[in-house]
Amino acid sequence: MNHPYWVAFSSIVFKEVRRFMRIWQQTLLPPAITMVLYFIIFGNLIGSRVGTMDGFDYMQFIVPGLIMMSVITNSYGNVSSSFFSNKFQKSIEELMVAPVPNWVILLGFVIGGVSRGLACGLIVTALSLWFTDLQVHNIWVTLSVILMTAVVFATAGLINAIFATKFDDVTIVPTFILTPLTYLGGVFYSVSMLPEVWQWVSKLNPILYMVNTFRYGIIGISDIPIFAAYGMLFLFMGALMSWALYLLHTGRGLRS
Amino acid sequence: MTKALEIKQLRKVYDNGFEALKGIDLDVEQGDFFALLGPNGAGKSTTLGIVSSLVNKGSGTVRVCGHDLDTERERVKRSLGVVPQEFNFNTFEKVEDILIQQAGYYGLRPRLARQRAEKYLKQLDLWDKRDVQSRMLSGGMKRRLMIARALVHEPRMLILDEPTAGVDIEIRRSMWRFLTQLNAEGTTIILTTHYLEEAESLCRNIAIINHGEIIAQAPTKELLKGKQRATFVADVRGTLSEAPALEGLSSRLVDEHSIEFDLTNGQSLNRVFALFEQAGLDVVSIRPKTNRLEELFVDLTTPSQQEATA
Repeated sequence: MNHPYWVAFSSIVFKEVRRFMRIWQQTLLPPAITMVLYFIIFGNLIGSRVGTMDGFDYMQFIVPGLIMMSVITNSYGNVSSSFFSNKFQKSIEELMVAPVPNWVILLGFVIGGVSRGLACGLIVTALSLWFTDLQVHNIWVTLSVILMTAVVFATAGLINAIFATKFDDVTIVPTFILTPLTYLGGVFYSVSMLPEVWQWVSKLNPILYMVNTFRYGIIGISDIPIFAAYGMLFLFMGALMSWALYLLHTGRGLRS
Repeated sequence: MTKALEIKQLRKVYDNGFEALKGIDLDVEQGDFFALLGPNGAGKSTTLGIVSSLVNKGSGTVRVCGHDLDTERERVKRSLGVVPQEFNFNTFEKVEDILIQQAGYYGLRPRLARQRAEKYLKQLDLWDKRDVQSRMLSGGMKRRLMIARALVHEPRMLILDEPTAGVDIEIRRSMWRFLTQLNAEGTTIILTTHYLEEAESLCRNIAIINHGEIIAQAPTKELLKGKQRATFVADVRGTLSEAPALEGLSSRLVDEHSIEFDLTNGQSLNRVFALFEQAGLDVVSIRPKTNRLEELFVDLTTPSQQEATA
């Protein structure tokens, strides 16, 4: 694979991976510590009083959601902070003057974000084995949904960074939109426990579909039909990637 | 022969309504060492930004080494190396990594990228700093790092936006030698600078831009030939209380030991020395007040000067 685009793509990905590995104390360690606390407090201490959820131990029920939560926040956070830092330091100009097509830039940053998301997901999965037994119900569903979710949120992170003009702008979306949607996305509970109207409202939250499909892949239960989840993931991937490409093409936030 | 850079009717209006370029035309030949000069805000960086794909153009055409910016942007980018005015590398990356990374963006495989990085870091005296984070470099080293980075894909044309700003005279002169050598090897060089002696000594052709318009473009020698007046300072032995009356020469007292006088085209220094002798003045030394290009630049870009010389 010596095509210039492939070399440029792998250069971007390598740079992104090197960045989050270099600052692992900020990128890989915090999600590990946070998730261990979730396992101890929600899974062990509170979970032992909650009993079972849809026929599974509470710990077994929440682990897929917590893995997914870590993948979502880290895929998003990696691209939004890295791309914005590149903009802020003007080092994005290194890419803008080079003969790298916009779709290569997009894919490079997205795969960089996906790499960190999956690395964190893997760390959290490994840590969860201290607290519960994990048996994968459907490996293909598990892998495909986590990969597609990481791609969706890494792309969303890039769009956030393109619009951002200051560092506050890359923290607003995760704090006020991503975290609430994740908590309300069925990580800690089954939506079937909610009154019917709130079940309907919950189904407007795309993260609910991702969490439930991943949970289906791990333990074989889901509150929603998994094909609907795949449909939504494809829709989001297509829409967000098209939007990001359009923004890169117009030079929004990059070229005056 | 295909021109290195061909700009026709290039216009740019920024979102805030500021008209940075008012339809400029500019030609740079292959192998030229070319200076684009102008006061701050004249349109130099906008012009070079458009050529480098860092600024969206309004209208007009830009061709680099025969490739059209609108239809062959990737070829244009491959032909160009860009050294911007402000430092624009990741300050946490190591020096060598920055070059290898940039080579990768141009499709150079890692082995070749490492060879090129070594070549240019050595040429620019940065090889012993290759494992240092770029934020730890001095200002002069950072400038040289940006030049090395711009050359790593060995472009046909190098654009430098104030490459020697803020560097000491020794490093500036070593950069001049490096750029002269690079140009001698065939790379077309376009630079902007506020050091006019730099443009005068390095560049064969010069364009002066002001308020978004090219107000002069010619070979450096021709431009300077057209300069009608030069100001010199003569230091004399003894003490002066007023400027002496020298026939046909406009002179002013600088201090009690120095006289400033204007020499127009056609007047010789021999005649000046004769006038000094007639006035009983013993000239110890004589020097140009400023360099010729600087005087020409001021004449062309300062409104009051333009009116005075009109």
